[in-house]
Amino acid sequence: MNAENIVKPRVTVRDLNFYYGKAQALNNINLDITEKKVTAFIGPSGCGKSTLLRTFNRMYELYPKQKATGSIVLDGKNILDKNQDLNKLRAKVGMVFQKPTPFPMSIHDNIAFGVKLYQSLNKNDMEERVEWALRKAALWDEVKDKLTQSGMGLSGGQQQRLCIARAIAVKPEVLLLDEPTSALDPISTAHIEKLIDELKEDFTIVIVTHNMQQAARVSDYTAYMYLGDLMEFGDTSTVFTNPKRKETEDYITGRFG
Amino acid sequence: MSMFLHEARLKRQSIFDSLFRNLTRVAAFSVLVLLAAIIGSLVIGSMPAIHAFGFGFLISPDWDPVNDQFGALVPIVGTLITSGIALLIAIPVSFGIALFLTELSPRVLRRPLGVAIELLAGIPSIIYGMWGLFVFAPLFADHVEPWLNEHIGVLPYIGPFFSGPPMGIGILTASIILAIMVIPFIASVMRDVFDVVPVMLKESAYGLGSTTWEVMLRIVLPYTKVGVAGGIMLGLGRALGETMAVTFVIGNAHELGKSLLNPGNSISSALANEFTEAFGELYTAALIELGLILFFITFVVLSLARYMLYKLGQREGKAA
Repeated sequence: MNAENIVKPRVTVRDLNFYYGKAQALNNINLDITEKKVTAFIGPSGCGKSTLLRTFNRMYELYPKQKATGSIVLDGKNILDKNQDLNKLRAKVGMVFQKPTPFPMSIHDNIAFGVKLYQSLNKNDMEERVEWALRKAALWDEVKDKLTQSGMGLSGGQQQRLCIARAIAVKPEVLLLDEPTSALDPISTAHIEKLIDELKEDFTIVIVTHNMQQAARVSDYTAYMYLGDLMEFGDTSTVFTNPKRKETEDYITGRFG
Repeated sequence: MSMFLHEARLKRQSIFDSLFRNLTRVAAFSVLVLLAAIIGSLVIGSMPAIHAFGFGFLISPDWDPVNDQFGALVPIVGTLITSGIALLIAIPVSFGIALFLTELSPRVLRRPLGVAIELLAGIPSIIYGMWGLFVFAPLFADHVEPWLNEHIGVLPYIGPFFSGPPMGIGILTASIILAIMVIPFIASVMRDVFDVVPVMLKESAYGLGSTTWEVMLRIVLPYTKVGVAGGIMLGLGRALGETMAVTFVIGNAHELGKSLLNPGNSISSALANEFTEAFGELYTAALIELGLILFFITFVVLSLARYMLYKLGQREGKAA
């Protein structure tokens, strides 16, 4: 199933099925997410790649009638277990969305928001943490003089990096990126892609993308999904240059999708 | 020939068009004329009282029709206090209702509950007044006010506000009835503005591990604060002007008691009660001046509400 990993898998997905009410959206997904690597989910719209991503932090729990069966093991625990504490899970698994979602508060408070949910840092430690997160997200130099200004006043690309900084400020183990550049211009997209490359030194990253070139550029492993099935999964270079399945090749070469 | 006919039709159309345009213009301007006429007649009608009492009218608590001494302090204070307390009660309750409806309620309950709130808003105020007088006030007098007397009335500082005879009618009862009346307004505005918060914004906060309460208080409420404030202002506007329900339960006494259990008066109920018995130019003028003051207070409140809704619209425009 997976390539010859030297590093142990960080997240292990086994026999995962997902349902929107009666409609099944994921069929028996099995895959391993490797630690401190970037794993990309690609596939046409409606293939289940975002659905799969949203099981990793159980975001679907917000909505009634959505349910997942099977197991997703992180740190030896099945996060789909009923007794899994959602808040603790989301401290370990951060998420960034399709559109920038700065909170209606200052840049500083945007970063501090998540940290305050789990830790009571004193003022100095908090400021250090905010700076650390903003530096990691390559935003510090642009905003260091206006930390008290509203996060909603930044440009789209800056807002998205703010959201990444906000997610990593909690020091999660896994970072989920749900089409993080789909609302951004090419230059901001390039910024974010460069950032993803740097962030994988510290975090295990899973990215959903519509953009195959992006998957090829930023990811180490690629999963191609279609109609709720995991069609092919392996090294990004293998999947893109020498796919095992005809369907994958058709999608990647643009003959379909 | 056909060319000529065509032109005739065009001409007729343009005449109709300008006729129609002017008609709508007249309709629109008549609103302004009416507004000016009402203000004008209120000012003219209250002239005798303005001449007789001047600014002192606003700060004098005397209301003595027999000796032609009039002061508006009691009804002004009564109006502001009943509306203020009503908001204190209504805002948290409305927030709870809106929070439940937008975030927590099962989908099947949302529509019936929403409709129920709109129905509550549609109940004529006289019914609230009757219910307040015949049902709520006796219950309040028997069960709540003695408790307030015993437990809160003895406390330092706030005690005096809650001591006094448990009669059931008074400032506090009027405030509670007002709160019940404005809750549907505020709750439905809050629900509407909470509904426009982008799902992704809420998911981002949930994604960091926030609880529903944290998401509402720290993300949704700040994001919608302008709209929420607008809704509160609309509720306040209604509370300030509410007449019948308040008249039934406020007690209609021109007294400036410290206790909220004492009967008091509000501008609108003073007007409703006393206009029929107002004899003499000065009495009538004093009542009209009360009306002018109420008009002014309400005008300020509604302008504030408009301004806030305008700001909300502006921000939505920017976000889109």
